[in-house]
Amino acid sequence: MPVRIANNGKIWQRYDTTTRLRLWGGWLGGTVITLICWQLIANRTRWEFAADAPRQLAIFLQRVFPPDWSYINQLWQPLWDTLTIATLGTLLAVIIALPLSFLAARNTTPHPVIRYLTLLIIVVSRSVNSLIWALIIVAITGPGVLAGIIAIALRSIGFIGKLAFESVEETSREPVEAITATGASRLQVLSYSILPQVMPSFAGISIFRWDINIREATVIGLVGAGGIGLNLNATVNLLRWDQAGMIFVVIFGLVLISEAISARVRQAII
Amino acid sequence: MLRIEQLVKRYPTGDTALRGVSLSVAEGQVVALIGPSGAGKSTLIRCVNRLVEPTSGKIWLRDTEITALHPRQLRRIRRRIGMIFQEYALVERLSVMENVLSGRLGYVNFWQSWFRRFPQTDIDQAFTLLDRVGLSDFIDKRADELSGGQRQRVGIARALIQSPDLLLVDEPTASLDPKTSRQIMRLITELARERGLAVIINIHDVPLAQMFVQRIVGLRAGEIVYDGPPDGLTPDRLSEIYGAEDWGASQATTAEQEPSLTAQE
Repeated sequence: MPVRIANNGKIWQRYDTTTRLRLWGGWLGGTVITLICWQLIANRTRWEFAADAPRQLAIFLQRVFPPDWSYINQLWQPLWDTLTIATLGTLLAVIIALPLSFLAARNTTPHPVIRYLTLLIIVVSRSVNSLIWALIIVAITGPGVLAGIIAIALRSIGFIGKLAFESVEETSREPVEAITATGASRLQVLSYSILPQVMPSFAGISIFRWDINIREATVIGLVGAGGIGLNLNATVNLLRWDQAGMIFVVIFGLVLISEAISARVRQAII
Repeated sequence: MLRIEQLVKRYPTGDTALRGVSLSVAEGQVVALIGPSGAGKSTLIRCVNRLVEPTSGKIWLRDTEITALHPRQLRRIRRRIGMIFQEYALVERLSVMENVLSGRLGYVNFWQSWFRRFPQTDIDQAFTLLDRVGLSDFIDKRADELSGGQRQRVGIARALIQSPDLLLVDEPTASLDPKTSRQIMRLITELARERGLAVIINIHDVPLAQMFVQRIVGLRAGEIVYDGPPDGLTPDRLSEIYGAEDWGASQATTAEQEPSLTAQE
């Protein structure tokens, strides 16, 4: 009971005694676990490596700087590939995920069994990282841009699908009732009462994922799925750190631009 | 034209909203349904177009038994039953015109509605109705740019463009100020008279109902406890519907409010 009767009246506290004891115990347990982990990590660290780290960082920076500016002439094509992978991958994912979201949302699903199947697809897609998807797809289609597009799409379906079906579930019920009452068919009810409500969030989610995918598309080249990651892998293998440095600069620029575009677009929608 | 026989609605939670309600509404008759919150008013009118499935009992519109219809036939009959809602239930991000035209969805196929290719006769009718409810200047506005009273006018136009025989009206004024409430009630009852529609209006505001309607049905705990003219609602009758309260005092207060209201106008 948060309210206690004391001799001078009623006393109110936020938590009752048992809850307070539990909270205190929770904090104590958390502190002990943190200390134990700390101990374990300290015991397993090779301290000579840790002590060496600043020197290694300095050497690394020396190798990267100055970047090989002339290398950029060979980067335009991979850069374009990266952008293509991210954009087409997102587009493919959107085309698949948005219909799925209506099957997965509690208020629009035609049948609970279909809902669970769709949720399964979404979970499988989400539980595998783009890089792993890329590994799998490269093994099937061979290396290249196509593998990248498919890998990006497979990962994004779950992401977009999940956020989209949650926004479908959050739509208000009154317009649905009103459109149903006019004698509209199921599809008409969806397109007139639910779709207008979720369009802004669908657009926002897609742009947000495109922004993430640009960053993912720079990485999946490491396993052969096209884009600028291929060059990064090659330069590092050849120990051309100055060229790798140039790639870092280019990726940084690309990410900045995509962030700016995505922020601008989302602002325009909301 | 509408006949309800022994209507019962029990929700899965075990709450019984309607306990054997029987009610007939004649062609062109306007009925106000009053009663406390939870009396089953909303459930009753939603059973008529089966937005809520009744547990048992029968509902007839002219010679069609609504309660026996298959989904496709149900959609067909819903076109003849217009509905107006408390929170307007407009699609906020669509324009006024699109909201009104959505009343014709039962008459066009999916692709026509998807590409907004409504027949010209529908569009003509939408213009006429928007003019009638006083919104000709707001056709291209988005619904979320309108005030409460304007939104309810869009809701009325949407219901009427269905060319309904029966209008179900759920608390049309509960979210509106007193002056707008009267204007909306006047508009609904006028339009019903012009078009010879039968109307059932759920309403909290008893004096407002008495002002505009010739027949009042009182619902209490899922049963009809009053059915008669507005001036038959004596304090005793009101106590029977709503529970004991000093009804004379509340009516006096309403009367006192009148002058200040007109002064504002």
